[in-house]
Amino acid sequence: MRADAGTGRPDRRPDSPPLVRLEEVTKSFPGVVANDRVTFDVRPGEVHALLGENGAGKTTLVNVLYGLYRPDSGFVLVRGRRVTIRSPREAIALGIGMVHQHFKLVLPHTVAENAALGLKGTPFWAPARGVGRRLRELSERYGLPVDPDRRVWELSAGEQQRVEILKALLRGAEVLILDEPTSVLTPQETGELFKVLSRMREEGHGVIFISHKLTEVLEVADRITVMRRGRVVGTVAAAGADKPMLARMMVGREVVFRLTKRACTPGDAALNVEGIHVRNDRGLPAVRGVSFSVCRGEIFGIAGVAGNGQRELVEALAGLRRIERGRVCILGDDVTNRSPRLLSDIGVAHVPEERIRMGIVPGLSVEENLILKRHHRPPFCRAGLLHPASVRRFAQTAIEEHGIVTSNPKTPAKLLSGGNIQKLILARELSGQPALVLAAHPTYGLDVGATEQIRELLLRQREAGAGVLLVSEDLEEVMELADRIAVMFRGEITGVVSAGEAKREEIGMMMAGEERVRG
Amino acid sequence: MDLGWLVSTVSRALAFGVPLLWGTLGEIYAERSGVVNLGVEGMMILGAYAGFAVAQTLGHPGWGLLAAAAVGVVAAVWHAFLTVTLRANQYVSGLALTLFGLGLAGLLGRGWEGRPLRVPLGTITVPSLAEIPVLGPMLFVDQTILTYLGILLAVVLWVVLFRTRWGIAIRSVGESPATADSLGINVTVVRYLCVALGGLLAGVGGGYLSVAYRPSWTEGMTAGMGWIVIALTIFASWDPLQAIWGAFFFGALYHLSFRLQAYVSPELLKLMPYAFAILVLAVSGFGGARWRRRAPGSLGVPYVRGER
Amino acid sequence: MKRIGPFIVERRLAPPRHVVFGVSVLAVVVALLLAALVFWAYGVSPWRAYAEIGRGTLGTVDGLSDIVRRAIPLILCGVGLTLAFRAQFWNIGAEGQLLAGAVAASGVALFVPVPDGLRLPLMFLAGFGAGALWAVIPALLRVKLQVNEVISTLMMNYIMAYIVEWLVHGPWKGPTMRGFAYTDMFPTAARLPLIAGTRVHWPTLGVGVVAALVVGLILSRTRLGYEVRVVGQSPDAARYAGISFTVVLSLAMVISGGLAALAGVGEVAGIHWRLRSPSHISMGYGYTAIIVAWLARGSPIAAILTALLFGLIFAAGDLMKTTLGLPFQITGVFNGLILFSLISSDLLMYWRIRWRRRGEAWT
Repeated sequence: MRADAGTGRPDRRPDSPPLVRLEEVTKSFPGVVANDRVTFDVRPGEVHALLGENGAGKTTLVNVLYGLYRPDSGFVLVRGRRVTIRSPREAIALGIGMVHQHFKLVLPHTVAENAALGLKGTPFWAPARGVGRRLRELSERYGLPVDPDRRVWELSAGEQQRVEILKALLRGAEVLILDEPTSVLTPQETGELFKVLSRMREEGHGVIFISHKLTEVLEVADRITVMRRGRVVGTVAAAGADKPMLARMMVGREVVFRLTKRACTPGDAALNVEGIHVRNDRGLPAVRGVSFSVCRGEIFGIAGVAGNGQRELVEALAGLRRIERGRVCILGDDVTNRSPRLLSDIGVAHVPEERIRMGIVPGLSVEENLILKRHHRPPFCRAGLLHPASVRRFAQTAIEEHGIVTSNPKTPAKLLSGGNIQKLILARELSGQPALVLAAHPTYGLDVGATEQIRELLLRQREAGAGVLLVSEDLEEVMELADRIAVMFRGEITGVVSAGEAKREEIGMMMAGEERVRG
Repeated sequence: MDLGWLVSTVSRALAFGVPLLWGTLGEIYAERSGVVNLGVEGMMILGAYAGFAVAQTLGHPGWGLLAAAAVGVVAAVWHAFLTVTLRANQYVSGLALTLFGLGLAGLLGRGWEGRPLRVPLGTITVPSLAEIPVLGPMLFVDQTILTYLGILLAVVLWVVLFRTRWGIAIRSVGESPATADSLGINVTVVRYLCVALGGLLAGVGGGYLSVAYRPSWTEGMTAGMGWIVIALTIFASWDPLQAIWGAFFFGALYHLSFRLQAYVSPELLKLMPYAFAILVLAVSGFGGARWRRRAPGSLGVPYVRGER
Repeated sequence: MKRIGPFIVERRLAPPRHVVFGVSVLAVVVALLLAALVFWAYGVSPWRAYAEIGRGTLGTVDGLSDIVRRAIPLILCGVGLTLAFRAQFWNIGAEGQLLAGAVAASGVALFVPVPDGLRLPLMFLAGFGAGALWAVIPALLRVKLQVNEVISTLMMNYIMAYIVEWLVHGPWKGPTMRGFAYTDMFPTAARLPLIAGTRVHWPTLGVGVVAALVVGLILSRTRLGYEVRVVGQSPDAARYAGISFTVVLSLAMVISGGLAALAGVGEVAGIHWRLRSPSHISMGYGYTAIIVAWLARGSPIAAILTALLFGLIFAAGDLMKTTLGLPFQITGVFNGLILFSLISSDLLMYWRIRWRRRGEAWT
């Protein structure tokens, strides 16, 4: 892969002036300095990666460049000229395009309508038709196939990303910012994206590529700038860089790449799933005849690109979504389509994907959040009356045990940091010796410290004899933690491998829908 | 049921549906841009008062309607200021607008109470179309110009919403303001304009009541029509064309509640449109998501840049 | 964070209690200033108007008792609404629920044969039941059929108002009332005792205060209150926690509607002693109670105080009619203004403005 990406590289014109340059940019939010005197530039015909952990300030920096934030100090140069970018509109006019991590698309609209939105030069009447033609031209030139008349919600994440890139190109973007573009892609789609980026490099565009994944940054970038806690640690040429060096710069210390995972003998089945079918919010089949089982004392990982039915699967197992066909047994009892409350009462813990929207009640205090789901049972509630002393006692233990940083247990949960919110959820879910833990993207978006702590917690559950179902987009995480790994693709499980014998490439193929020959 | 009865019922239903149609078209635009305005009742009553007062003073119904439109815009812009700029709760702001509007119109209108308008808006007869048997007298006689303007407006507003750049911008702002913002659409301006248009049309709808339909001023003469408008907006799935038949259906209900008084007690008849509004929404709830088209994605949610 | 001249404007996520209180008081003061403009436009000196109001309401026993009398229905409706609003259920239907209570109480007072001693308790009971029943319909419509409760509760206000009209014009029209649309007068056993020399029907007042305390306890100390708060703050988390929306919203509306209905019982049994046209029974208490609950920021105890404030406004409205010749509609304008300034002040609570400290310019 590395080699064929390399052949596409044109002369890099190191002396050509940068397309854009951010000079000493500082931007702070209440309580955090997100960017501290950051200087960064991108030249024509190069891919400049911005590498750093979640929360290092990468997104804030490009948001300044795209006019979404105004810097507290420092300034922006476009083609050597100092400019003030007050809005995305001005950024677009200056030839800057951005593909956000969470796509900025109007889902119920068609591709063409999305492309026409706010686009100069589209006809007033029937704008979608007018823009469709230009879309087709561009998609051929850059190798980005899409159908202008499809509605965006029908498209896969990869296709939606193409729409975003086309939108930027339509607006004459010379500099394209891609914020964590590969997080929604299969390895194969990632390869295709990299080919598109090479095309853009050849055409003289500058690309800012934001990522926290070392491998792909090394693969695609010409230069790499590493950020940590709002500051630039350094900028290096990709040619002379390697993974350990980047990792050190990124984290600021040597990184331990392996957790200690004790040997565990799997026990009886904690969960048996037999051929279940589940629909998504739009009423379309999302999980199609999935069967597997999770034993006690085992972590069963589900890998796969987001949007292939993992969310619906987990929600169905947690009782939040109707199972149309099939059967779910927990500890041998048939619990198909039972209520979330019953499932929680028999020992199913659920660490939800959307932790702020679903996992906590933002305005309720930390202690009140800690009893959610068990608020109706003794000792917290007797005859309909809450028991504040028991709640307080339980909260204090949980806060200490899990190291939740909060000024006091009465603080509203919304004031906690992301990592502490997740710790709160895990403290609550894991407190009652669950038989089965459903963990969806448990470390997504967290810093290294919290991530390690949470992985540690999941391993401890496994040792304590719980069955753990781990869904994650982070393939490394699944391979590190799980005993067995299943891959989901378009609502089906394309194969199950045991962690010891799994190879990255093989799982990658399965993520793209290649059936594994079971043997 | 004889033919004459049917003809006059349809004709009156059409006339009574006009304020509902104008109001609903306005609310559709406001909600398509993501702003619920529960102040329709308040804007309509203010429009009705202003329309009457100005038409009476200046002696021409045209000025009255203009004044009604202007008052509606002012009230709506105030709602937009509170909800878009100050990001206040849209429900509460709309309720406040209704309370305030009913109070203010009642206060100012005390002197005019019960007096007939000197020069009401005249009715027209559409040449040649009126000659068609049955349909002619049903649809083309004894209507004011606002009936036909309203239908034309519905068509125009549909075209603008679904076939022009402006429409894409409006719908995008209502579905996903962050997306529109990231592409340089000014969310604030779009929402102000749509809410203001909503006020303009609601104002005219109110003005129609006092200047054309029942040319006089009575306190509380909108009688909850503003709320029916809110229900109709949902019922019409935020589609200007569907608002046409929805409005005239409820116009018929209102009219029938007068018409059937010989058979049923008038008080029970008067509650019919309100009961139907609930019924209609409940029935559309039966079909679930398939039957009913979704509300705009960010309806009721103030937009704050940079918040996810 | 923003800099405006020498000031720094910061976002704050959870405003402390004294800020909420201060901002709310400020909002009321601003509304009074705006109302002064209305007086002035009406050719009445605002000074004189406020002086008259102060003297006539707060300065005399009659005035004070009138405030309390007006506050009674507002307390009951307002307290109930705080519970519904905490569940983010937009109950705009207190007006109709109040009327439902009035209807049920009148029915019991006039047509049900019971011993005298039981008549009043039974009226309260029947009133509560009718209001609860009327209020639970929109809750079920919302949970089962996704019908927006703002519309359904509002429509039901109109429906109940016309039902009352129908009753007093038709089947329940008192034979002794000649041309008037009244029912017959209630028997004495169906009339509430008053504090001597006033129109304060104290049993209803007592019920209102107790209701405020009980709803306060429900919210903070019971499973139902906890679930109401979870449902209101985060419907997704409620689903996740296995909380039943049907149960929680229905119970909240049973209490909310039931309390509003008790206000209706109080009005017919304490003031009018008969059922009459809806605009006489209520004067828009149910709508004003929305502001009462909103100003109380969802606290039932605070709703007692805010209800007294609006009782004052109603009393002032009466006074202005008699002494200044201003129409009663001015209270509607007043209420609208208070609500407007209240919601605009929300922003102030969530943003903090302070002086920029030296050397802080670039952080």
